[in-house]
Amino acid sequence: MPLSARPSSKEMADPMSLAVFSSALSDPQTGTPDGLVGPDGKKAAKRFNVYRNNVTVGLIGALADTFPAVQRLVGEQFFEAMARVYVQTEPPSSPLLFRYGDGFADFLEHFEPAQHLVYLPDVARLERAWLDAYHAADAPVLAPEALSTVAPEDLADQRFDVHPATRIIRSRFAAISIFSANRMSDTVPSIDTSVAEDGLITRRDTEVEIRHLPPGAAAFFSALVDGQPLGAAAEVAVSKAEDFNLASAIGAMLEAGVFTGLADTGRGEADEPDPE
Amino acid sequence: MTTSAPTQKTQIDTRFRSATIPPRAGAGLKPAHVDAILNDDYRIGFLEVHAENYMGDGGAPHRALTAIREQFPISVHGVGLSIGSENGLDNTHIERLKSVVDRYEPGLVSEHLAWSTHDNSYYNDLLPVPYDQPTLDRVCTHIDVVQNTLKRKILLENPSTYLQFEQSTMSETDFVREIAQRTGCGLLLDINNVFISATNQNYKPMTYLSEFPLDRVEEIHLAGHATDTDDEGDTLLIDAHDRPVDDAVWKLYDIVIGQIGPMPTLVEWDNDVPEWPVLRREAKLADEILQRRAETYMLGTRHAAVG
Repeated sequence: MPLSARPSSKEMADPMSLAVFSSALSDPQTGTPDGLVGPDGKKAAKRFNVYRNNVTVGLIGALADTFPAVQRLVGEQFFEAMARVYVQTEPPSSPLLFRYGDGFADFLEHFEPAQHLVYLPDVARLERAWLDAYHAADAPVLAPEALSTVAPEDLADQRFDVHPATRIIRSRFAAISIFSANRMSDTVPSIDTSVAEDGLITRRDTEVEIRHLPPGAAAFFSALVDGQPLGAAAEVAVSKAEDFNLASAIGAMLEAGVFTGLADTGRGEADEPDPE
Repeated sequence: MTTSAPTQKTQIDTRFRSATIPPRAGAGLKPAHVDAILNDDYRIGFLEVHAENYMGDGGAPHRALTAIREQFPISVHGVGLSIGSENGLDNTHIERLKSVVDRYEPGLVSEHLAWSTHDNSYYNDLLPVPYDQPTLDRVCTHIDVVQNTLKRKILLENPSTYLQFEQSTMSETDFVREIAQRTGCGLLLDINNVFISATNQNYKPMTYLSEFPLDRVEEIHLAGHATDTDDEGDTLLIDAHDRPVDDAVWKLYDIVIGQIGPMPTLVEWDNDVPEWPVLRREAKLADEILQRRAETYMLGTRHAAVG
């Protein structure tokens, strides 16, 4: 063993808990913990800061990967400063970084320097939902012809099994237009941000799809996702929007792949056991 | 619960072709490279994935990795197990790792001599451990748990370090050797890490390599590093994985392969990821060394000493 590769101190130092290392990592105001040194016992402030920097920059990068539209809206520098605060406030608890940032939208609601961008939290919610849909379990979508197997008199009682990727987003602002423009095109058109929008996120195969929803449709899909039958969901929708169009909502639902199948109602093909 | 969808033939009982990682160059798999790799005339020896990136339930990542796995052997490299952790391993995470391993049948599974989680905070970095008896015991216990759960051997990777713990009572090479002996785990020798740590801790990489239990090595990692300075203006190398492999690291690699013979060799490039041909060029450089050394190795120079 080379002497140089040996620890530098002659006497054994008091063991340091990794808790000390850990809390000094999260708090830049704390100095370098005692017992951490460079070669020949030289001080290790900059050396320790490499770890601090790796942690912070890595987590900011993870947030930037998940929230690219938010980053584009505020600019890289602003985003970095904002994300730095969030990382301090709410570090991830899981090594699955693609799940990090559940609280980012709520954090933005209260982040003073970004208050003027009133739509920003909703855009963040949409981006978080988009990534959740991206990683959701694979499942076949309900085939359009399946609905024709239901007797007309039973249709109002029909319930559906929701696809794991399905998400419904309601915004008091034009969050869906803002999201789409900032994620999918180089040039951002002029958007009236004050127009409330509803959106539907689905994933028929591997590609995440996002659609604008007409008035009433978000209430309709939400009711169905909550397990209510078609008739009750339609009533909810009509109560929210008089001009709710049931036929076109059902059409959109089938096209987008909101559901995987007809829920078991004790009739017809739905009685068949799951092939698995 | 589905009625109209055609009966799905699940992937579960599909066995992939050979899982064995050949003693050739491999590359860290990046989503942007998948199509280029599948369509390339150059058939890379293997691909390595970070286990955590495939711990989602479904979607595009699994689709892409399945397509890769149908054509290539893969190795699974965990970055989030926190084997050096002071307050135990996360059993949920070990089970997640097991799911990835069961699903993709990798030829090799590896993790780091490091920690990244403490008290429910995940730091997303490979943090150093002291080389003392309590840490040794703890790391060995953790590796036993992982190997027992996965029902297979794992490889442990030597870290890149920027500082050391005054409380350490043994060298890194002794520490690693002891772990391998006690747990039966294999070792993943990251030569870039050796070069970084040696520079940062002021010892010679060849000295480290001469003391490293090379007979336990089953895979090699190569990557690029950045250069910074410490408080006193001395060189401090940063394990950046954002550029080509340094010449000094290639030289060490050449020597190590001359000593231990051809070995699966991964080129890592995780930040500022270039187009596939740039990474492929690095892999081909490793392939050339492996091929050249394979010839001389066959001629019986295996006893040439390191250092």
